[in-house]
Amino acid sequence: MLAFVLRRFAYGGAVVLGVLGVLFVLFFAIASPDDIARRALGDKARQSAIDTWKANHGYDRPMWPIEDGQFRADSLLFHHYATMLRFEFGDSDYDGVPIAERMRAGAGPSLTLTVPLFVLEVSVSILVALFVAVFRGTYIDRAGLVVSVLMMSLPIVLSIIGAQYLIAKTLAWFPLSGYDRSLELMSRFLALPVLVGVISGLGGEVRFLRTVFVEETSRDYVRTARAKGASEMRVMLYHVLRNSLIPVLTRVVMQIPFLFTGALLLESFFGIPGLGSLLVDSINNNDFATLRVWVFIAAILFVVAQIVTDLSYALVDPRVRLE
Amino acid sequence: METHVLVNLLALAIVAVGVFVGRAIRRDRLWRESLVQVWRRQPIAILVLAAFIAIALLDSIAWIGGKVSGEDVLAQHQARSLIDRTFQGVSELGYSEPRAEVLFEDPLQRLNDPGGHLLGTDILGRDVLHRMLKGARVALLIGGLTSAIAIPLALLLGVSAGYFGGRLDDAVFFVMSTLASIPSLLLLIAIVMALGRGTWQVCFALGITSWVSLCRVSRGETLKLRELDYVQAARALGVSELRIIRRHILPNLLHLIVISFVLLFSGQVIAETILAYLGIGVDGSWGQMIDQARNELSREPIIWWNIAAAGMSVFSLLLAVNFIGDAMRDVLDPRTARERE
Repeated sequence: MLAFVLRRFAYGGAVVLGVLGVLFVLFFAIASPDDIARRALGDKARQSAIDTWKANHGYDRPMWPIEDGQFRADSLLFHHYATMLRFEFGDSDYDGVPIAERMRAGAGPSLTLTVPLFVLEVSVSILVALFVAVFRGTYIDRAGLVVSVLMMSLPIVLSIIGAQYLIAKTLAWFPLSGYDRSLELMSRFLALPVLVGVISGLGGEVRFLRTVFVEETSRDYVRTARAKGASEMRVMLYHVLRNSLIPVLTRVVMQIPFLFTGALLLESFFGIPGLGSLLVDSINNNDFATLRVWVFIAAILFVVAQIVTDLSYALVDPRVRLE
Repeated sequence: METHVLVNLLALAIVAVGVFVGRAIRRDRLWRESLVQVWRRQPIAILVLAAFIAIALLDSIAWIGGKVSGEDVLAQHQARSLIDRTFQGVSELGYSEPRAEVLFEDPLQRLNDPGGHLLGTDILGRDVLHRMLKGARVALLIGGLTSAIAIPLALLLGVSAGYFGGRLDDAVFFVMSTLASIPSLLLLIAIVMALGRGTWQVCFALGITSWVSLCRVSRGETLKLRELDYVQAARALGVSELRIIRRHILPNLLHLIVISFVLLFSGQVIAETILAYLGIGVDGSWGQMIDQARNELSREPIIWWNIAAAGMSVFSLLLAVNFIGDAMRDVLDPRTARERE
């Protein structure tokens, strides 16, 4: 058990190093410091201006640790790994504000959007999928599948625009966009983004979970449970749901990165000053330093989530031994 | 060589490949019957998809020259496709409603082509129907080109990792888990930002972000197939590894490839609409049309035809592709096929 946990963490650590490698290739090797400076200053910037910019933003180092036959400890590659692993994120390329400060400021508003979104999304999709699975093979089931495909075919950009126009502008049920720290106003501002987020993710989730549940209901123990007179409710909630927790759990964790990216659009459309808005701003400002940190943190969170899922398999299924 | 000649050749090549694949399917009983079943399940979706493909092909055949009506001097020296030629010389000064006779913002100004714009014109006076039809080619290019990058890459790595195992398998698995640990939209954004904006860059980035899932599936399936008796028998008879992979492994992965191609396709088009919103999309795509039109809904009176045209196009293409993908999975995937019986 302990050996498994340690090995799993070690592999997670290796993956994080790999992610840093991918980031280095993308943002130092492919988009060289000169390119990054040129995006910030414009194509026609003089070489002297580019050199000054690079010096000011810490890009004026040799790229690789071994250059011209001698070892360079201050190379960009080492610097990149060392600072990222120590969580010293430095300053924004665009306006020099410390990135860590920005991320901390954005985390709060983001969590107020993503946590309710995540909880609602998971519970609503499980309930709907169970409901559809109870009626498998009937018109309700078929209608549910068609509706899921309809929902999956609507890009999230369109559903956000549609909801803003219909619910916020025409019907004026909720404010169009904005954010406030007081709980009462916040819930009014967050209601529509959460609703849109849940609905846009529902189609794919329900379709996947329905397949899992339907597969599970054809097992022998379900027939036994029915034969001994368990109600359909008890069969579904107690037997089927519990036994299909492993695929459900895996799927829920797989949703975590989508939660990030979904929230990215929701935040910027609905004017929530969170991490997603920060990312959109950094794309528009060619702020590569912030972009790097963002991708790195998202990857770390995802790796941790995957490890937690692996360990929790043992929790939900006593047959699984961690070895 | 001029780009439009290249595009013409590409269109011809696609038609040739289509004819070749069609003939191959006709000869193979299993695939022929499967496709007939898919057709029986989703005839409308297939017709819709075929219409989009036909429009895209018509828009790919382009040449320079020919008569240009109006004062569009620039257009005379550009390659214009068959679609462009049916819409030539009917540009206006600004917005106009579908089938309108006068400008939207200036009702005293009569249009150059009164009643001729079936879906109105956009802010620059361009015909919306024209832009909508041209978007079909971009969407299919995004889906098709991306799959052309992702599927060979996924198969090469997945099959060789699953078949040969050992160090190679470890390496491929590590690369897969590293790439899968970066949320795909973020990886996509990062690659496009690093490579710079543009059609090829976006397709390349989409390809890199989407090969992992097929690679994982084909690796797993190859691991299973490798142990089957007929593969073992072939190996015992001294058949070369390459031949075993070609004759015994790849044909058994074909249904997975077809299914994942269809699933990849709709994912790419959706991802492109998000990229377009972030300002790093493909020129002339429906995503870009939606992005440009999204503020028009807050105008008073609203301008709805732009976003309606682009939105309905994306929606109907994705709907057709998703329905066909579902039908294909039902028919081709042995697991769901068994469930049905």
